[in-house]
Amino acid sequence: MTPLLNQWGLPGEDMISQILSVLFYIVFFIFIFYGQRIQMYIMIREVEGSLYKLKYIRDEGRKIAIETIKEIGKPQTDPTARVDRFLEYFTISPQSLDPAGVVWKLEHILDVRDARFKDEVKLMAPAADEIQANNLENTLEAAMALNYIYKVIRHFYLLGKKTLSLYIIMQLQMILPLVMREAEAYASALKAFAYGQPIGDGVGALVAAKLMHGQETRKVAKDCVVATVTIEGRTAYVIKAEGPGGNVGKPGDAIKTVIEENNGKIASIIMIDAALKLEGEEVGEVAEGVGAAIGGPGVDQFKIEETILKYRIPINAVIIKEDIGDAVSPMRKEIFDSVDKAIERIKQVILEKTKEGDKVIIAGVGNSIGIGQ
Amino acid sequence: MSRASRTTGTRIPTLFLIVIFIALAMSLAALIAGVSFLEQNQLLSGYLLLLGFLGVALSTYVLFQARRRLLRLRIEVPPITTTIECKKCGFKNVREFQRGDYVFKEVDLCQKCNEKMLVTAIYREVKEKEKERKF
Repeated sequence: MTPLLNQWGLPGEDMISQILSVLFYIVFFIFIFYGQRIQMYIMIREVEGSLYKLKYIRDEGRKIAIETIKEIGKPQTDPTARVDRFLEYFTISPQSLDPAGVVWKLEHILDVRDARFKDEVKLMAPAADEIQANNLENTLEAAMALNYIYKVIRHFYLLGKKTLSLYIIMQLQMILPLVMREAEAYASALKAFAYGQPIGDGVGALVAAKLMHGQETRKVAKDCVVATVTIEGRTAYVIKAEGPGGNVGKPGDAIKTVIEENNGKIASIIMIDAALKLEGEEVGEVAEGVGAAIGGPGVDQFKIEETILKYRIPINAVIIKEDIGDAVSPMRKEIFDSVDKAIERIKQVILEKTKEGDKVIIAGVGNSIGIGQ
Repeated sequence: MSRASRTTGTRIPTLFLIVIFIALAMSLAALIAGVSFLEQNQLLSGYLLLLGFLGVALSTYVLFQARRRLLRLRIEVPPITTTIECKKCGFKNVREFQRGDYVFKEVDLCQKCNEKMLVTAIYREVKEKEKERKF
């Protein structure tokens, strides 16, 4: 090494080792005093990169929403300002210091929110029919979610930078992979909602749709339909949100109404819904259990549980597993293929848990976008 | 939201590109000079070659990184397939999704038996890489 260094006009090994040891001490002391700060700057850079992506996704979402409104709704004026205002909407959850009756307060707030959204969409897109208006509402909600995610992450990023708090930045950097997954899922949901494509979350509604297809349906509760179908010698009341527009309906009210119509004489309730899978589980895996399989803010689950408790009706659940990305993006083939497996499970449950001539309720829970009946 | 803010991150900034290309050109010039000085002054040639290689490597790396970031920024739109079936004769037609399609929608007449066909499936196919699963 030394002859080569000498040939290039560089000093010998002794000089080099001296320089290296000085450099080592400098680096050592820099890391002792500024190590944490350097680590923080690296994290800030990482968060900044993700924030750029979030901003891009948020802007794309807004653009897609505006374009879809212009294309479908044929508004007389530019809807941009109204969309921007819509993206900033918020909902204040009810006070729960005294939890008694909080569910009804929450339900009321959610109803007001829903009515407000529907009115806004009508104003933005006067030419849209009911199905298109529902899809537009879903598109705007996805854009709203993206806007909110971006703003929250930006808030903590700026706060962390301002206070130079390692712990704020560190927490942000740690949850970012999960946040990014969710944001990417909403980004793909936007297109699905705009085009009215079925999404993974709608698999429960699809199971119900397959069971009730060809039968007469009637409206029961808000945005829900029920059909009376004979399955394995039992009378099944199949419930789903009314499609093909994007909505989840009020399955809680629908189940309650059907139970009360039958004076509580229901042998069993079977609920079908999409459920979040754990890492390592297969997409479209079907599992069976007991309980009210329904997500959301909890109002519908509460109502179902109240009613089945009153009449002592056993409740079974069939779930189809998928991850958050699959739930809000166009339905994957694996999920679509699992519908027949879920129907087989339902039939098995009916055969095992009820007798011939019994009445059962089958409720397919989920967003019915792109799924008729 | 301004127009400027909407385009942020969707393309590589021009100034950034200019700087990268200048660095790349200078590194290439250093490489050429290094080769030409190889016989006259080995020391200078060595330094120039070292600088040239480092410059070329760094600028191409930065350029590819910037491009990768842009690719990561795109929202992928997966192809969606619609399956249409004739319930009478079982004739099946698979085509790309069209706006307005929904499951159980009655569409065009069957080519074989002239019955109304039905949309029976709408889905996207995801090609996942085969991973070795230990657990």
